[in-house]
Amino acid sequence: MKIYVCVKHVPDSAATITVKGKTEIEEGITFLMNPYDEHAVTEASRLKKIFPESEIIVVCFSKPEAEGTLRSALAMGADRGILVASGHRHDPIMTAIVLKKAISQDGQPDLILTGRESIDSEGMQTMFRLAHLFKIPAATNVVQIETRDNDVLVSCEKEAGAREMLKLGMPCVLAAGKGLNNPRYPTFPDIVKARKKEIKIIDFEKLDIPKPESRLELVCLEPALEKRTPKEITGTTTSIAEQIVSILKDEARVI
Amino acid sequence: MRKIGLLIELKEGALKAANMGMITAAVKKGHELFAIMMETGMPGVRKELARFGVNHIVTVQMNRPDWHPTRWARAVVTVLKSLDIHTLMGLTSAQGKDLLPRIAAILDAPLVMDCVHVDIGKQTAKTSQYSGKTMATFHLTGETVLYGMRPNAIPAVVHPTTPHIIEQIIDVPEDSDLHVLEVVPGESDTQNLSEAHVIVSGGRGMKDKENFKILFACARSIGEAAVGASRVAVDAGWVPYAMQVGQTGTKVNPKVYIACGISGSIQHLAGMKTSGLIIAINTDANAAILAHSDYYVIGDLFDILPALTHGLEKNRGQDYRK
Ligand SMILES: Cc1cc2nc3c(=O)[nH]c(=O)nc-3n(C[C@H](O)[C@H](O)[C@H](O)COP(=O)(O)OP(=O)(O)OC[C@H]3O[C@@H](n4cnc5c(N)ncnc54)[C@H](O)[C@@H]3O)c2cc1C
Ligand SMILES: Nc1ncnc2c1ncn2[C@@H]1O[C@H](COP(=O)(O)O)[C@@H](O)[C@H]1O
Repeated sequence: MKIYVCVKHVPDSAATITVKGKTEIEEGITFLMNPYDEHAVTEASRLKKIFPESEIIVVCFSKPEAEGTLRSALAMGADRGILVASGHRHDPIMTAIVLKKAISQDGQPDLILTGRESIDSEGMQTMFRLAHLFKIPAATNVVQIETRDNDVLVSCEKEAGAREMLKLGMPCVLAAGKGLNNPRYPTFPDIVKARKKEIKIIDFEKLDIPKPESRLELVCLEPALEKRTPKEITGTTTSIAEQIVSILKDEARVI
Repeated sequence: MRKIGLLIELKEGALKAANMGMITAAVKKGHELFAIMMETGMPGVRKELARFGVNHIVTVQMNRPDWHPTRWARAVVTVLKSLDIHTLMGLTSAQGKDLLPRIAAILDAPLVMDCVHVDIGKQTAKTSQYSGKTMATFHLTGETVLYGMRPNAIPAVVHPTTPHIIEQIIDVPEDSDLHVLEVVPGESDTQNLSEAHVIVSGGRGMKDKENFKILFACARSIGEAAVGASRVAVDAGWVPYAMQVGQTGTKVNPKVYIACGISGSIQHLAGMKTSGLIIAINTDANAAILAHSDYYVIGDLFDILPALTHGLEKNRGQDYRK
């Protein structure tokens, strides 16, 4: 099987985000692999254990520094990487076009894995756009994958713990949810081995992709305001409980 | 003047409350609102839609009406094309996350999910980025544009109308590439967090699985409250993942969020920061959650919660006698 895994290079979830200018952020913070994509890479290496002939190729569209994220995917079990490097940020429409191009130039996928969303731009759509470009089926928030001869059975998490079982023809795009597996972080030997693996770098400009008719343009980025002025509730336990009841009743009007 | 399609969501035949805020976000003089119903709801549904201001109710009748993400997406595209609608709004719910991007991909149209504000005329949408640390405003360029609204982000305002009914009979071919084999409902304990009005949440401070009963009891005494949890409580196996609030769990936006024994990590805050009113109960006067709350109690949740449940029950009793 040829398994392509799309991994995004995103700011650490614990990083402080400082807005710079109108639409930029200070980039001197830690970037790493999007957490949902870690589940996708982990799943790919699980599948490779079942089908040892498989090859896992990780694909990333980002700034050149994203090589670090590809390296960690290689340490987690991917065989090689492709980085489409660009100095700018792009919307999910362009991202899907670029990922499609990078993958089809490389080979014929049997399976494409992604995360269910990226934690920086929170677009929740790249996987469906990618699948549409390939004219193959897709499923999101996948928490279980069972491959068969020509199709896969997946279980997707819906709201309030509900699940949906789907059968998809192969090739297909599966977007990992958090419940899919527990990412196994690389050991030191894995990291050393990953240093020797190949990362192909493609210059985005050289792909010569025309500007799509449909686009999303970021016009303004601003820090989320915290408008709260915390007030302490004090008193005896009974009095505290009574005060909370009246807040729920008179201020929030939920009871 | 613009035609706006609103993808209406039902639960067990009833309108989800979050639809109403979405309608309010679209109501504006000169706009023509089309509520698109993929399922036939209970009798009261149409009246309720009329109360909030839709001008048309489009009832879609498919050759096979049961839920199927790609067939539903195709059917919605057919409705938009036949009625010449170029703006579509839906909810950023589990169903919306499965349907809106599919529709956007088919139409090659821009989509912004989890919008807290939209300007339909200017084609801009405001949404959170970097797990709630920033707010981003996007301009959508395209022949058709799509917005996924964050449930409960916009308070519903009554705006009565007398809608026309438009019946659409749509024949969507089978999708040989994707089959829905089975839909398994969630456990009865886990309510739908993303649309709950009140959430009582527990973290490491709950200490074990058994103690979550205290939270469920408190939620019951409030009425329609849901119970959530931090990742620590989920990872410890005390409660299922469906209950996790946060960056890698569910993002919630209730009117009231009560955080019990939760420290307020950045990843937890990312999922609940936008709640209307936040009440924190914590033994630690330095816990980060306190600075992000409206009200806080420095105290032991094992004392406060039972007292609160008792107080709530007493209050209910009083209402009952009234
Ligand atoms: C990539 C990534 C994603 C993550 N995603 C999420 C996510 O989606 N959601 C999430 O929640 N976390 C997430 N985390 C984990 C997060 O960093 C924290 O570890 C977690 O939120 C802490 O949970 P907690 O507040 O329950 O526990 P703690 O931080 O240990 O806090 C427990 C709190 O309980 C208080 N307490 C103890 N006993 C009592 C008592 N008897 N009465 C009252 N208070 C008491 C303590 O004072 C303390 O403040 C993520 C982490 C990473 C790296
Ligand atoms: N620039 C990118 N490079 C590689 N993969 C990406 C990129 N953007 C998005 N993806 C993939 O698409 C998934 C969903 O992203 P999004 O639509 O941004 O929420 C992510 O989890 C990634 O797997």
